Amino acid sequence: MTMTDASQPEPLVSVRGLSKTFDLSAPFLNRLIERKGMQHLRAVDGLDIEIPRGKTFSLVGESGCGKSTVAKLVVGLHVATAGEVRFDGTDLTALPAAERGTFRKRIQMIFQDPYASLNPRWRVRDIIAEPLRSFGITNSRAEEREEVGRLLEMVGLSAQDGEKFPHQFSGGQRQRISIARAISSRPEFLVCDEPTSALDVSVQSQVLNLMRDLQDELGLTYLFISHDLAVVDFMSDYVGVMYLGRLVEAGPAERIFSAPEHPYTRLLMDTVPDIAMGRRDRAPVTGEVPNPINPPPGCSFNPRCPLANARCRESAPELIARAGGTVVACHAVAEGRADLTGTAPAGIVGRDEPTACRGAA
Amino acid sequence: MTLEVYPQSRLAAVLRSDLFYKFRTSYVTLAAALVTLAIVLAALLAPWIAPHDPFDVSTLSLWDSELPPVWAEGGDPRFLLGTDNQGRDVLSAILYGSRISLAVGFISVAFAMAIGIVIGLVSGYFGGKVDAFFMRIADVMLSFPTILVALLVSGIVRGALPREMHDSAALIVLVFAITVTTWVQYARTVRSSTMVERGREYVYAAQLVGRRPFAILFRHILPNVMGPVLVIATINLAMAILIEATLSFLGVGMPPTNPSLGTLIRVGNEYLFSGVWWVVIFPSLTLVALVLAVNLLGDWLRDALNPKLR
Amino acid sequence: MTFSTSSPPAPLLSVRDLSICFDTRHGPLRAVDGITFDLAPGEILGMVGESGAGKSLTGTAITGLLERPGRIDRGEIHFEGQRIDTLGAEEMRRLRGRKIGAIFQDPLTSLNPLMTVGQQLVQTIRTHMPLSREAARKRAISFLEEVGIPAPEARIDQYPHQFSGGMRQRVVIALALCAEPSLVIADEPTTALDVSIQAQILDLLKRMCRDHGAAVILVTHDMGVIAETADRVAVMYSGRVVEIGPVEKVVRDPHHPYTTGLMQSIPRVGSGAERLTQIDGAMPRLTALPDGCAFHPRCPRAFAECSRSKPASLPVEGGHVACHLYQGEPA
Repeated sequence: MTMTDASQPEPLVSVRGLSKTFDLSAPFLNRLIERKGMQHLRAVDGLDIEIPRGKTFSLVGESGCGKSTVAKLVVGLHVATAGEVRFDGTDLTALPAAERGTFRKRIQMIFQDPYASLNPRWRVRDIIAEPLRSFGITNSRAEEREEVGRLLEMVGLSAQDGEKFPHQFSGGQRQRISIARAISSRPEFLVCDEPTSALDVSVQSQVLNLMRDLQDELGLTYLFISHDLAVVDFMSDYVGVMYLGRLVEAGPAERIFSAPEHPYTRLLMDTVPDIAMGRRDRAPVTGEVPNPINPPPGCSFNPRCPLANARCRESAPELIARAGGTVVACHAVAEGRADLTGTAPAGIVGRDEPTACRGAA
Repeated sequence: MTLEVYPQSRLAAVLRSDLFYKFRTSYVTLAAALVTLAIVLAALLAPWIAPHDPFDVSTLSLWDSELPPVWAEGGDPRFLLGTDNQGRDVLSAILYGSRISLAVGFISVAFAMAIGIVIGLVSGYFGGKVDAFFMRIADVMLSFPTILVALLVSGIVRGALPREMHDSAALIVLVFAITVTTWVQYARTVRSSTMVERGREYVYAAQLVGRRPFAILFRHILPNVMGPVLVIATINLAMAILIEATLSFLGVGMPPTNPSLGTLIRVGNEYLFSGVWWVVIFPSLTLVALVLAVNLLGDWLRDALNPKLR
Repeated sequence: MTFSTSSPPAPLLSVRDLSICFDTRHGPLRAVDGITFDLAPGEILGMVGESGAGKSLTGTAITGLLERPGRIDRGEIHFEGQRIDTLGAEEMRRLRGRKIGAIFQDPLTSLNPLMTVGQQLVQTIRTHMPLSREAARKRAISFLEEVGIPAPEARIDQYPHQFSGGMRQRVVIALALCAEPSLVIADEPTTALDVSIQAQILDLLKRMCRDHGAAVILVTHDMGVIAETADRVAVMYSGRVVEIGPVEKVVRDPHHPYTTGLMQSIPRVGSGAERLTQIDGAMPRLTALPDGCAFHPRCPRAFAECSRSKPASLPVEGGHVACHLYQGEPA
C-alpha cells in the first residue's frame, strides 16, 4: 500500500486482507427440504488500510457496502474470516481473548444511534464509569466521581448531569455522553460508526467540532465511518471508498476529493447535494447497488459503470498505486480509458440533459 | 412545567411515572389492588386475625357443625360465615386456605420466573446450540397441558414417597408441578427480548470494555427485559393459584388437614346439594375475587408498560 | 397575519394560523404553533427543520391523518377554496388519493405487502377515476414506465418485496400520482435511501409533479434536498415557521439567525474548514419552551425583547421572517 511512504512512522492501525463472510443459509433441515444451497454474504473482501497515529481515516460508501462491518471487525465485535488487524504492531485477530484485554482499553468505539447506545436503565455517571471500573482505572468511588465529572465537562456537559438518566438528554447530548464513555479509558484509537448520522445538522456540527477538538487534545486516531461526503471531507486525513465490500479507491483526503479517479468515487462526489449551486436539473445516476449475496462477476461496479468493457465483466481489478499517493481498483483507470479532465466520465452525468427515465435494469 | 428536575429521588420518579398515573386514574385497577392487598394481608395475618384455629382439633366441637352464616336462620355469632361438617369456622378456614393458595402461587411464580429468566437470557444471548437445546425443551413443555404434568408429577411423587409423607410433601409437589409447566413462558419472552437487546449498541459498548457475558446479561440486559416478565408474572400468579385450586379440587393437591382454597371447595362441594351451601360458596368467592383482582392488575401492568397504548 | 404573494393566483392550499397540540396528562403540548403559508398550484414548497420542529405534523394535518392525542386546536386549512380541516373522516379519505397524494419516508409503510404493485395501483386509480379494469391497468403500466420501472408489463404483477429500495420509492411515487392529485405531501421521501439513489428519486419526484401539474410540500431535514428541489422554503423551529421565502433567497441570504446558523453549520465538500460553525445548545423540548422567541437561548443576536414576546411573522424582501431583529423595519 502506497499511502504511507518511508518517511512516515509505523502506522498505529494497519488492516491487511481483512475479510468477513456471513453465513445466511437457512438451517440445515430447511435447506434439505427446500433444496436450497448455502448462502454466503461477503460483507468485507480483502480490505487493506493503514491509519497513521493521530490521523483520521474515513470509510465512505452506501449502505450495505460493508463499512460498518469493518468497524465491528476492527474493534473485535465481529471475528474476521480472514486477514489481520494490526494495532501498534500486534495482530489482534490472532490474539487469544484473554490477551485482548489490554488492547480493549486502547481501542474504543462511538456508535451511530445515541438512543440505543446508552443503557436506558442506567444513570449517566454509571454509564461513563463502567469502563473506569472494568479496566480498574480509578481506585475509589471519590476518584471515580471526580473523573466522571471531568469527562462530562470535557465533552461540554456539567458534572451534575451524571445524576440524570439518558432519556433526559437530547440526541446531541447523548452523543456527547457516548463520547465521554469512549474516551474514559484513555484510548488511543476511536472507531466512529456514523456518529452524527442520527443528529440534526445544527447539532451535528457541535459533535464534529468536539471530536476534532478531542483529537487535537488527546492525540486520538480515528477510523471514521460515514456515508456523508461533506462530513468525511471535514473530518479526514485519509479516505477509503468502499463498494460491495471492497475498497475501490483510497488515499489522502484532499486528493480523493479534488481528483477522484474511480468512476464510483466520481459518482458519489456528484450526488452530494450542493446548496450553493441552488436548483439544478441533473441527470440521475443510473442503477442501484446490486444484491451483495450475488455480486456481479468481475468488477462489482461494472453494471453501473459507463466505462465498463468485457474485461471489467470478467476480472476484478486489483488496487494499483496512482500519482498523488492514492490507490484505485479500476481497469479503466489502469488502462488510461478513464477521462480524468471532467468531474465525471461522460454518461454518468450530463448536467443539462433532460432527465429521461433511466431506471436500472 | 419542566421535566428537568434532578437529582431525582426514586419515590418521586415512581410517583411521576406513567405506570403510577395509569394506576391512579383507573378505578378498576385501584379496586383490584385493594382486593388483592386485603386478601394478601388477611392471609398473612391469619394466625392473629382468624377467630378460630381450624387445625386445633381440641377447639372443634361437633355441636357446632354445619352452622349457617350469622345472618341466616340458626346462625351463631361466633362463626361469621358458618361452619363445616366438623364444626370448623369457614372464615378461619378461608383465611388459612388463602395463605396456602397464595404461598403456592408466589413460590411457584418466583421459581418459574427465576428459571425462565436465566434460561431466556442465556438462550437469547448466546444463541446457537445452547438456544436450540433449551428451546426444544420448551417446545416439548408447551405441548403438555399443565394439569397433566401436575398430575404426572404428583403421581410419581406419591408413588415414590411413603404414604405418611404425602401430606407434608404436597406443597412442594404443587410448586414443582406448576414451576415445571410455567417457566417456558418467561423463558420465551425473555429470550426474544434478549435477542433484540443483544444487538443494541449499549451492549456492544459493554462488550468493548471487556464485561463478562454474565455481567452484561444481568446488569445490562435484564433490567431492560423485566417489563414483560412482570406482566407475565402477575398473570401467572393468578393462573398458579387456579392450577393449585384445580389440583386440590381433583384431590392431588393440598390434603384436607392443611386445606388450600381448592381443597376447601372440594370438601365443601360434597355438601352443596344437602343445602350446606356456605362451605363451598365462600371459599369459591374468595378464589374468584383473588384471581380476578390479580388478573386485572396484570392487565394494568401490561397496558401501562406497552408504549403503543400510552 | 396576511400573506400576499407577488403574483396573486388563487392559492391551491392556504394554511392559516394552524396550531396542533397534543393532549397529555401534563396538559396540552403545542407542537405546531400558529403557522401560516400559501401554496400556489404546481409549486414545490420545502419544509425544513430539526426533528421535533413540527414539519411532519404539519404535513400530517394537511392530509387529515393526524391521530389522537394530536389535534388541530386553532387555525384553518383551505384546499382549492374548500375548508378541509373540518371535513369528516370519510370526505377526507376521498380527498386523499384523488386530490392529495402522500409519499412517506419508508416505502414499505405505504405499500401493502400482500398485494401486487399492480393491484394497488389499479385499486387506487379505480377508486378515484371512472375507468374499467383494463384501462386502469393500462394506466398503471404507463405510470410505472413513467417512474422508470424497467419492463413494467412484467413487474406490475410483482409484490413490493421483489423491488429494491429505490424501485419501491418509485412505485410509491407512481401510486401517489396515479389519480392526478393537485397536491403531493412528500415526507422525507429520500431519507431512507442511499445518496446515489436519493438524487434519482428527487429528480423523478420533481419531474413527475411538473408533468402532472401537482404542487408539492416536501418535508425534510436536509437543506441540500430543499436547495436542489424546492421553489420556496419554510424553515421551522419549535413549531413555528421562522422564515419563509424563495429558496435562493433563504439559502444565499437568510434573515433569521437560526436559518443563518443552520446554513453555516452544514459541512460542505471542499470548504477546507478547520471548524464548523455551530449553533450551541439544542432545540428546546415541547415541555420546556422558553418564553418569547423559542430560539433566543441559542441565538447569538438575542436582545431583551426576544425573551419577552414571540416575534410576529413580517414580510421581508420576497418572504416573511419571524424575528425581533426585523420587527422595527418597515415592511
